[in-house]
Amino acid sequence: MPQTLTEKILSRASGKEVSPGDVIEAKTDIVAFHDLTGYHVIEVMEKAGIEKVFDKSKIVIAFDHLAPPPDVRSAEIQVMIRKFVKKMGLPNFHDINFGIMHEVLLEKYALPGQVIVAADSHTTTSGAVGAFAQGMGASDIAAAVITGKTWLVVPTPFKVELKGSPGKWITGKDVALKLLQEFKADYFNGMSIEVYVENPSTFPMDYRATVSNMGIEMNADALMFIPDEETKNYIKTMRGYEPALVTPDPGAKYADEYTIELSKLEPLVAVPYSVDNVKTVNEVEGKEVDQVFIGSCTNGRLSDIEIAAKILKDKKVKTRCIAIPASYEMFRRAMDLGYIETLVNAGCIVTYGTCGPCLGGHFGVAGPGETIVSTSNRNFRGRMGSNDSKVYLANPAVAAASALEGKITDPRSIA
Amino acid sequence: MIIEGKVMKFGDKIDTDVIIPARYLKFTDPQYLAQHAMEPLDPEFYKKASSGVVIVAGKVFGMGSSREQAAIALKAAGVRAIIAESFARIFYRNAINNGLPVITLNDATKLIDEGEIVRINVETGEIEVNGRKYQGKGISGMALEILKSGGIMEYLKSEKF
Repeated sequence: MPQTLTEKILSRASGKEVSPGDVIEAKTDIVAFHDLTGYHVIEVMEKAGIEKVFDKSKIVIAFDHLAPPPDVRSAEIQVMIRKFVKKMGLPNFHDINFGIMHEVLLEKYALPGQVIVAADSHTTTSGAVGAFAQGMGASDIAAAVITGKTWLVVPTPFKVELKGSPGKWITGKDVALKLLQEFKADYFNGMSIEVYVENPSTFPMDYRATVSNMGIEMNADALMFIPDEETKNYIKTMRGYEPALVTPDPGAKYADEYTIELSKLEPLVAVPYSVDNVKTVNEVEGKEVDQVFIGSCTNGRLSDIEIAAKILKDKKVKTRCIAIPASYEMFRRAMDLGYIETLVNAGCIVTYGTCGPCLGGHFGVAGPGETIVSTSNRNFRGRMGSNDSKVYLANPAVAAASALEGKITDPRSIA
Repeated sequence: MIIEGKVMKFGDKIDTDVIIPARYLKFTDPQYLAQHAMEPLDPEFYKKASSGVVIVAGKVFGMGSSREQAAIALKAAGVRAIIAESFARIFYRNAINNGLPVITLNDATKLIDEGEIVRINVETGEIEVNGRKYQGKGISGMALEILKSGGIMEYLKSEKF
């Protein structure tokens, strides 16, 4: 039987031909956690009295949620994990100066066809390179750290086709928001989304990562881009080698298909308090904004920083604006290209490699009554701080234009 | 496994940031977490649930974060089981791993009212409310074995995995 990407990956990982709905034990290629979930993973292992890892080379740890630590408890959590790393002799440990875990996985580890599980819901991000990647809780990850296995229900594959090329100021975020607008947050529950890109080079890895990242907002089990030339070029550029590509068989069966004409998309915004409460930027234009955040594992990549820099060049922001490249590598490249200088000159606060404001952790927590435009992934009540704050999710062009005007602004109207 | 309790009702898309806000995630102590369960929606939830309740909710209950503290907080606050129209996958697993039964029932929010007493057969998914009977989706297979063991790590120790 011709297999979809989902079926192909999970058949290999479980050692038998799988069908949607099957409960399987799958071998994991990478198991990862960060600081905020990592201490919980270790606690679960300690309580169970099992302190071993299935394969040291396949565990990845990156500090991001509490990086650098904003209080003593956060520092304590990191001390505990560093001790674990040392005791177990884990080589793939990335401390606070490296980057957000999902970005680190993408830049250094994830490969097409792998099964990746990590203690964070946005693990779906690694689907950008065609890996079957799922987020799980601390207990499930503790079990995977020990055994190198996890149990899964094989999801029903659904195909999305991206046709044509995106217009000016349209990015991966608008594709993610379009899917949420069309299908809402519950449709893909129990499904995996496989995305085929008609013109690989017009929908680069940065955009793909944003869409995969928000696969969890669609409640999909995984959101994978079918590996192509762009996948090969990205991994070669970042790591210096060409990966083998795993792709679906011709004639593989999907539950359904949906096509997005990229040229017809316009900038979209998710309005509080739901990720699927999506409107066009023109419907919410003019709303006054207290803070803008450009960053996170959703939109903290080079192209996001580049877009913000293009819009803010030689201008001054009218509102508080925080920009956070997702990793050291993204920060360094943005610095070499002059984007960091541009953002700083425009009045932005810039730092690197922390989740910070995205989950109301630190470095820009929302106060009562405040309105935030954010390029991150969630606008749930209280997500970025006060229960009485409101988060509007948007692409980096809308975010930068809104920072410039002090109110929600269509970037097409100013640049 | 039979569970009984008074219903507390919620709508669709109850997310993990509402179940337990991120600022409490630096701790795993169930009693501490319980005091902040559902805080953004109802700061009195902890007191209301303490006598033992069953949550009835709409679609994709527990959507969002992987934080296992969401399941821990609800259970410690007094939630004996959750009946929802659908669950987010990660939350469903976290609930099973923490011994919190989760039953899927179509139209749950239309069929069951706030304050009613429900009786649930966790394995068969049968639900009884004021003499009315509904067939939900209970917990079976590997998930049931994990729930019965007391979580994935206990299951692992029994050398079944």
